[in-house]
Amino acid sequence: MCDSCGCGDPSKVSVEVHDKILSANDRTAAHNREHFVEGGVFAVNLMGSPGAGKTAVLEATARALADKGRIGVIAGDLETERDADRLRAVGVPAAAITTGSACHLDAEMVHKSLHHFPWRELDYLFVENVGNLVCPAIYDLGQAVNVVALSVTEGEDKPLKYPVMFRKADLVLLTKVDLLPHLDFRVDAVLDALARTMPQPEVLQVAARTGAGVPEWIAWLAARRAGVKLRRP
Amino acid sequence: MVDRVEQEARARNATSISRLAVRIGAMSGVEPELFASAFTLCREGMLAATELDIRRSEAVWACPRCAAAIPAGGVLRCAACGIPAKMVTGDEILLEQIEMEVP
Repeated sequence: MCDSCGCGDPSKVSVEVHDKILSANDRTAAHNREHFVEGGVFAVNLMGSPGAGKTAVLEATARALADKGRIGVIAGDLETERDADRLRAVGVPAAAITTGSACHLDAEMVHKSLHHFPWRELDYLFVENVGNLVCPAIYDLGQAVNVVALSVTEGEDKPLKYPVMFRKADLVLLTKVDLLPHLDFRVDAVLDALARTMPQPEVLQVAARTGAGVPEWIAWLAARRAGVKLRRP
Repeated sequence: MVDRVEQEARARNATSISRLAVRIGAMSGVEPELFASAFTLCREGMLAATELDIRRSEAVWACPRCAAAIPAGGVLRCAACGIPAKMVTGDEILLEQIEMEVP
């Protein structure tokens, strides 16, 4: 170091940190979660491939819940409000988040959409994520539970191919099971794959078209909602 | 991450960041190569010449009671205790170390 002004050779300093790189998203998600708990709203992050039947499940959910619970949906897609339109057509308040080219929703997008949405009046808020089995898995939105829709037309090995998504799932909805008689899909094979990707595998088989399995799904939602300490039961 | 690093650097009056160490787990949902290429796109200012050191961790599951490891690809339940396994490592997306030049 020079002794007249104190300048000198730069020296290297190493700082140990242990910071989650997605901590900004996690903070916003925690904020959303506080809102949901305080508002008495049970929030579900519904994920799955494009075409897995997420919107159809929500339409069936709306019909089944008709007088038993108020539901609303925030639907994420790259373009169009088609999913939100389908849900509005069955009387569900729905907002669309068009992400442009983003392949997932993050906590900030959900937070912003809440500002223009009557979410406090709901018992259940479904966030229908962008159809994708990869990226949505790593972004917490503030939900109480993660639900993954997996259709029987997609193949039994999807959990092994996309383990990050299935590991985070609280429930897998095996959808379109009314098509099983026409397919070679083996339900035992998908259950085995899920046992290798989910530590506590929970699976329900549903067919939105016929309504099969929908009462069990509604009962699962109600039980999980009762298990969360919401300020408004 | 860039914001966090710059905040640390400013707090120490650093002139540049020479190296960052991040840990990415095999089950984190982040692909190390893509993370590295995204990093080169946002390098500017104090980060212009930063070297990125990516530390990887494998997915390891074990029984939370008896600590027995679950074999890779196995059913995620302890055969002895009959309870769900817990992930020990593999889901990290962490900034672990910042090396900076200070006057």
